[in-house]
Amino acid sequence: MVPPPRLELIGIGKQYPAVKANDGVNLTVAPGQIHAVLGENGAGKSTLMKIIYGAVQPDEGEVRWNGQPVAVRNPHEARALGISMVFQHFSLFDTLSGAENVWLGLEKSLSLAEVTQRIVQVARDYGLEVDPARPVHTLSVGERQRVEIVRALLSGPKLLILDEPTSVLTPQAVERLFVTLRKLSSEGCSILYISHKLDEIRALCHHCTVLRAGKVTGEVDPTRESNASLSRLMIGAEPPQLQHRDAKPGAVVLQVRGLSIAKQDQFGTDLRDIALEVRAGEIVGIAGVSGNGQQELMAALSGEDPRAGAGAIRLFDADVSRASPRARRRLGLHFVPEERLGRGAVPTLSLAANTLLTRTENVGRAGWLRIGAVEALAAALIERFKVKAGGPGAAARSLSGGNLQKFIVGREIDAAPKLLIVSQPTWGVDVGAAAQIRGELLALRDAGCAVLVVSEELDELFEISDRLLVMAQGRISPSTPTAQATIERIGEWMSGLWPQPAQPGAAHA
Amino acid sequence: MLKLEARPQPSNAMSFASPLVALLVTVLIGIVMFALLGKDPLRALQMFFWEPIRSAYAWTEIAVKATPLVLIGLGLSICYRSNVWNIGAEGQYVVGAIFASGIAMQAGADTPRAIVLAILLAGIVGGMVWAGIVALLRDRFNANEILVSLMLVYVALMVLSYLVYGPWKDPKGYNFPQTITFAAATKVPRLIEGFRLNIGVLIALAAVALAWLFMFRTYRGFALQVGGLAPAAARYAGFSSRRALWIALLISGGLAGLAGALEATGPLGQLTPYVPAGYGFAAIIVAYVGRLHPVGVVFAGILMSMFYIGGELAQSRLGLPKSLTGVFQGLLLFALLACDTLIHYRVRWRHAPRVSAATAAVAVQPAAKEA
Repeated sequence: MVPPPRLELIGIGKQYPAVKANDGVNLTVAPGQIHAVLGENGAGKSTLMKIIYGAVQPDEGEVRWNGQPVAVRNPHEARALGISMVFQHFSLFDTLSGAENVWLGLEKSLSLAEVTQRIVQVARDYGLEVDPARPVHTLSVGERQRVEIVRALLSGPKLLILDEPTSVLTPQAVERLFVTLRKLSSEGCSILYISHKLDEIRALCHHCTVLRAGKVTGEVDPTRESNASLSRLMIGAEPPQLQHRDAKPGAVVLQVRGLSIAKQDQFGTDLRDIALEVRAGEIVGIAGVSGNGQQELMAALSGEDPRAGAGAIRLFDADVSRASPRARRRLGLHFVPEERLGRGAVPTLSLAANTLLTRTENVGRAGWLRIGAVEALAAALIERFKVKAGGPGAAARSLSGGNLQKFIVGREIDAAPKLLIVSQPTWGVDVGAAAQIRGELLALRDAGCAVLVVSEELDELFEISDRLLVMAQGRISPSTPTAQATIERIGEWMSGLWPQPAQPGAAHA
Repeated sequence: MLKLEARPQPSNAMSFASPLVALLVTVLIGIVMFALLGKDPLRALQMFFWEPIRSAYAWTEIAVKATPLVLIGLGLSICYRSNVWNIGAEGQYVVGAIFASGIAMQAGADTPRAIVLAILLAGIVGGMVWAGIVALLRDRFNANEILVSLMLVYVALMVLSYLVYGPWKDPKGYNFPQTITFAAATKVPRLIEGFRLNIGVLIALAAVALAWLFMFRTYRGFALQVGGLAPAAARYAGFSSRRALWIALLISGGLAGLAGALEATGPLGQLTPYVPAGYGFAAIIVAYVGRLHPVGVVFAGILMSMFYIGGELAQSRLGLPKSLTGVFQGLLLFALLACDTLIHYRVRWRHAPRVSAATAAVAVQPAAKEA
């Protein structure tokens, strides 16, 4: 007799006030199967996982566990059934050790020493190196994830849910994670693997359910699909191909030398002796696992953190190390931050008002606003960058993440910058909008603008950058032409292992 | 079962309706309160909502009381929109009155009328100085502006007491704690003979227009509000939070000081320990009931003014306690804050969670398992 599926969802639906997050979703996971759930941001993956984990109650439909209908009312019941979940955003207390964090989530019958012992054993069994005694804030992101996974494994789950587990990992760490997951699968533990990274799904998963706008649009064997065919299922179209011409780098626009800044908050990263150069007409990409100093570097370059030492940051021939963001903007430096709501745009203000954050051409004499011109500018941006919005009067927070990103990137591109710095240009943006934004960045480069891009997505950096740098532990690698770089080498560099130059500061290509 | 459900978009209609609903709730609670006090609720409500608007004279009295409330409320609206929590407008009001009185006391029989300008200016400067202390301590030492501004209210009251019981006491005043009655030239010009209404009303209305222009038509006003709405966005844009702090506090201090000057040399005509009438605190409610919007502040100012007058009437005619005014004002603010929930949430009537028959039938299973 064929055993019943480990988990079966039948006709699951969930209505949120504004959107139907899940609509008649069916999903069947066999024992030991690694099952991918693929979909864009907002396709309903997270809601579906929360329903399985009991964090959200479905409006309609049925959940079956080993063939038995169940109602999982909260995560506690889910864990009792044998369902564990590793969230994208870790839920660890920074000041406690890994073992203490794990201990917190367990029943109090075990002593801390026993828990530590079990952690070590599980970690050894699955090749998950963790030191349970170290406080979490001293752990790298990859190590923190391993603590989370060990915690999930301690209860001996029959189904492990992983939400975008690789977004914070180096390519090598991804490989190690896959080894662990395959071992778990071979022991009969089912795995639900949520991702939008097509290569990973094809490399790891046995089965793939594709979601689009809350509905299942395909059930396929990912090993027999191509990236293009998966992408078609996910977004309903293939992303347009980029026009890529050779770069013609011109004069140096941005020069950073010996930039060291102590971290401002406890869990930040010290910047140590950063050196880099961006020329007119080229795109320089900065790769690296997030939390390695990228945020701090961006704040120092944009002027939000004006603590750089004199002479550390030069824009054209001016020393702007201590200049305000507005002064730098006047010199032609425009910046797109990674947080759109609250930093790149004021959530409750209209798009028109939000143009005023960085665009001052509509501020008249004595600081009077030309309201008509402000609205016209917003309307023009909406038109030019195909932003889906209710018009210039729409509040920034009424836009989807991708559309707001198009608006913000458009606002800065339209300002005709001489240097554009973009942090995570396509983070959380759907594939179509991502292609559009990348195309705009390339067009800007071809028009002679210097572009610096920080991204966690290696594919993206390889696609648009002319030169690559890597940040790790607050330091920056020498630059390498993208044409000569390989994913493997950049991945090694992401752990901080790059060839040391003969003398510091001489690291420019 | 009643359930609060987040709205996908904050409701525009509700943000206008909320103050009205809050007023209604205040009235309803008021009726219960009056009934419990053994007074005829209708008569009492009449004191608060009909008597103050019954005649032209009554309206001018509302305007007299609303003028300081609106002026202070405007300044506080700008402050609160900039994320600067000035709670000490009462102190800035008192110091404004002190500065203005200092000038007014110099006037003699042949002083020209132009001294009124100097008096009002002195009031503004006084308020700004008092608010400037708050800004300085916040800027230099990161001292909490809520505490500092509030504590400075009591310092201002002590300074006032010292002056009227000490050096500024009227030598011919039979030892009453008050200054001389200011010379006629210092009187803020009245609008209509026979009414207490003076040009302060026009100044307040002009301030409303200027505040509106500043908030919604100037870059600096925009920058201030960004600092309040999204501090990270203000840093990103390069708007200085220090400048916002100073501007917001100086504007609100100046307006409170102006209100103090108008009051001291207007209806009062001398400095007494009774200058502080709680306008500075009532204006916090005015600012919020008025949605931190200049036009809204006008209506809220009129409403609060009605409460003041109604409270006095209820006292003299019905023998209700004086603290009733404060109770009414407090009720209104509480009701408003509660009603504001409805801007972001809506109330839903839910019977039971909707589940399909199949799931409902087995919902007991895991529970049984656990037990």
